[in-house]
Amino acid sequence: MSLKALDYESLNENVKNCQYAVRGELYLRASELQKEGKKIIFTNVGNPHALGQKPLTFPRQVVALCQAPFLLDNPNVGMIFPADAIARAKHYLSLTSGGLGAYSDSRGLPGVRKEVAEFIERRDGYPSDPELIFLTDGASKGVMQILNCIIRDQKDGILVPVPQYPLYSATISLLGGTLVPYYLEETDNWGLDVNNLRQSVAQARSQGITVRAMVIINPGNPTGQCLSEANLREILRFCCDESLVLLGDEVYQQNIYQDEHPFISSKKVLMDMGAPISKEVQLISFHTVSKGYWGECGQRGGYFEMTNIPPRTAEEIYKVASIALSPNVSAQIFMGLMVSPPKPGDISYDQFVRESKGILESLRRRARIMTDGFNSCKNVVCNFTEGAMYSFPQIKLPSKAIQAAKQAGKVPDVFYCLKLLEATGISTVPGSGFGQKEGVFHLRTTILPAEEEMPEIMGSFKKFNDEFMSQYGDNFGYSRM
Amino acid sequence: MRRFLFSQAKRSVLDQTRRQHHTSRRFLSFLPSLSPHLPAPAPPLLSLSRFLSSTSKMSASDSTSSLPVTLDSINPKVLKCEYAVRGEIVNIAQKLQEDLKSNKDAYPFDEIIYCNIGNPQSLGQLPIKYFREVLALCDNTSLLDESETHGLFSTDSIDRAWKILDQIPGRATGAYSHSQGIKGLRDTIAAGIEARDGFPANPNDIFLTDGASPAVHMMMQLLLSSEKDGILCPIPQYPLYSASIALHGGSLVPYYLDEATGWGLEISDLKKQLEEARSKGISVRALVVINPGNPTGQVLAEENQRDIVDFCKEEGLVLLADEVYQENVYVPDKKFHSFKKVARSLGYGEKDLALVSFQSVSKGYYGECGKRGGYMEVTGFTSDVREQIYKVASVNLCSNISGQILASLVMSPPKPGDDSYDSYMAERDGILSSMAKRAKTLEEALNNLEGVTCNRAEGAMYLFPRINLSKKAIEAAEAAKTQPDAFYCKRILNATGIVVVPGSGFGQVPGTWHFRCTILPQEDKIPAIVNRLTEFHKSFMDEFRD
Repeated sequence: MSLKALDYESLNENVKNCQYAVRGELYLRASELQKEGKKIIFTNVGNPHALGQKPLTFPRQVVALCQAPFLLDNPNVGMIFPADAIARAKHYLSLTSGGLGAYSDSRGLPGVRKEVAEFIERRDGYPSDPELIFLTDGASKGVMQILNCIIRDQKDGILVPVPQYPLYSATISLLGGTLVPYYLEETDNWGLDVNNLRQSVAQARSQGITVRAMVIINPGNPTGQCLSEANLREILRFCCDESLVLLGDEVYQQNIYQDEHPFISSKKVLMDMGAPISKEVQLISFHTVSKGYWGECGQRGGYFEMTNIPPRTAEEIYKVASIALSPNVSAQIFMGLMVSPPKPGDISYDQFVRESKGILESLRRRARIMTDGFNSCKNVVCNFTEGAMYSFPQIKLPSKAIQAAKQAGKVPDVFYCLKLLEATGISTVPGSGFGQKEGVFHLRTTILPAEEEMPEIMGSFKKFNDEFMSQYGDNFGYSRM
Repeated sequence: MRRFLFSQAKRSVLDQTRRQHHTSRRFLSFLPSLSPHLPAPAPPLLSLSRFLSSTSKMSASDSTSSLPVTLDSINPKVLKCEYAVRGEIVNIAQKLQEDLKSNKDAYPFDEIIYCNIGNPQSLGQLPIKYFREVLALCDNTSLLDESETHGLFSTDSIDRAWKILDQIPGRATGAYSHSQGIKGLRDTIAAGIEARDGFPANPNDIFLTDGASPAVHMMMQLLLSSEKDGILCPIPQYPLYSASIALHGGSLVPYYLDEATGWGLEISDLKKQLEEARSKGISVRALVVINPGNPTGQVLAEENQRDIVDFCKEEGLVLLADEVYQENVYVPDKKFHSFKKVARSLGYGEKDLALVSFQSVSKGYYGECGKRGGYMEVTGFTSDVREQIYKVASVNLCSNISGQILASLVMSPPKPGDDSYDSYMAERDGILSSMAKRAKTLEEALNNLEGVTCNRAEGAMYLFPRINLSKKAIEAAEAAKTQPDAFYCKRILNATGIVVVPGSGFGQVPGTWHFRCTILPQEDKIPAIVNRLTEFHKSFMDEFRD
């Protein structure tokens, strides 16, 4: 018995191979610095409440009442809760079998799934079947469940955009599948070129990989672009031609910061295209309560909707979901509230609109301040954040900096981000964690720091970058570049 | 990154060629198959080989359909796994429940009683008020600033909510936390473990999870690389283990609990099964012990636990201790002892034994299943391994915050002198003593049935009676293409509206038949349940008498 079961050498290789940069080296170093008393600005995770965004009042009132249902019997409850929150709490409790403390159906409460289906119908103009909607503990769990069903072994490939949100690379790696990259075109505002897709698929097939599914993140993470309807049509046609399941990560659908490219769901475009394609492409769309103007990350609530999935496959997905018993019930109620917020005329309506609008408009301004701030540095180029929560500037690193990184045993963008962290307390994620073309370097920040702190943050970024460039700039230093 | 992507692609192609040689072995499945393939009457101790050689059709032939995801092209490990607690019988029950609404007269019962799952609050158990007060205040923190709140909430719940909020960075209950869980809450849990065991606990050893199940999955993911990696599991077992092992492509190595000695665990049987598995080239990585037992309800004696710890230490096995029922002990002659306490009492430290203890907010007297809260305490792991666990946890970002808060509350409930202490104790003792009463009543009723024997539920939430089925009943089941115990359970459902789970979902000695029934229906329902079960069983026996 020389090797013990949990010795590092004997661990599952898939576990060791998996990488998840959002909480990787930079984050750990930032946490250390924070412990030492340094002020850290965490822009590594799309985690709005951690950066001071206040939760929306109404949903929190409803969920608090569901937590403490005995309050509903107290004659004084109306002194601290508005009547519509009380009514909603009663409504949601009536949808449960035993309140927040009972496991629900493994797919989620039927009543909430019905509300989700109605939301999708309103959004897209096409019917949605609650039986094909599963509630999950956050969208990540849903992605894992679906990929687990699809990936059989390393010969199964999943098309994933590069740059991508590392949930996909990490999960594919954990499940022992193969990630087949397709590159987004930075100079074309992170556009998706179907020719690129074809090439990626052909190359993977020539290596014996069966490409089974394609991931799109719309609006993009980390890249922030909103896909156009024409582009989505091309993608769907491509998936149809190639027999690929389309996994539509649409968790940022509420986060849109311009008017030219609104969010359009893959489901709507698919239905618009009509038969036969609308009956052929298998589509799974993901959504969450963690993003949008809700930002309720800590609740772990989400759903996925399946289109054109055969019932027997859906049953298998149900079976796997049932092993985890049920998603947490309070997050299911948050999801219900998110898809059916207060209506005009409700007591809480005005406040709800004020709060949500305030958050979205501020995010829109912050997206602008950040993009402009990055672009004001000569060695940085940054596409505008059309949607989602991130800015993904390209940092042109001089060869001296790349040399220095090599000497320090770091990837150049990791080296840069660590220096940035030490100098300014800004905790970002290096582009290499998301994937990027060889020889170019990026970092990802969220656009979530408080608006009033934004100018100062961008100022300290610029100051750091200037100093970095004068230290490592080739020959003449940064000022003469 | 690019290099990573391409090297991965390259590696997979290389592996693929390498794999061609192993294909036959790969399809000769070692995956555990609990229910469907067990042969009828066989000697009471099943040989391991039977478990391992249950060949099944695993070839994932390409679909004739153009759809990429169909039943024949999904991951065969997914197809393979079974989870009976929510299987076919529950689906039938849900349909019946729907139909009952409009078709009341068509059935000999007026409601479906779910005894298939340990889900106490769905059967009317009330939550512990203090816990919910704290959670409501943490969810809606603006309440803390209002004077009226003091009239509606207990003082200590308000104090506790403040204390918890101060442990959360930015008081943001809507933010992702550290992937292991909020540090302050882990401190509280560690202190609770220390108070329980009398040995120190380290908050950095604690990983908060969405219920105990994801923690079990995480450990399986870490331990299982292929079907050559085995996990020793009790039979009967809670099917989370068989399902998780199947999903992760490992082998379940069964050891049998002895029904005749109150579901006793024999070290000699463990040794035998371990050696047999090893002789088949299986590298056994861990031992699962469920204490108190699910579905079997036994509480292990401390001496037995010491032997188990020694066995794991000698054999280099990770001890996976499912201790989610630690609060549920109903008999005065038994007490729950954590494996960590037992190991430390033997003088074993970090270097001697790798031990994982699972705990949940879903069980105990609190029964907060819907909150999905739980934790695992991992000890005896090197730091590089712990980093891997952290990484896997981080892919899912974090577990839900109110589940985390609740996990800290159950490990540190009100203390003497606190405002809520008396009412809390009354609620807690009321629930536990009522469960003990229900367990006793049901056990006695089951033992009164012809051909039924039932061990007492010393702990947990279940009874697992054995039913002697007649030849005629078994033949009828075969004709209906179901397992005899599933046949019996479906009959119960159709005749009484009571949902129980067939023993084949948990594994049982071949040729024996059982079902699992929770003790959770509220006390006022128990007499009716006993009557209906008794009446049903009598007519079933009459119908199928040889």
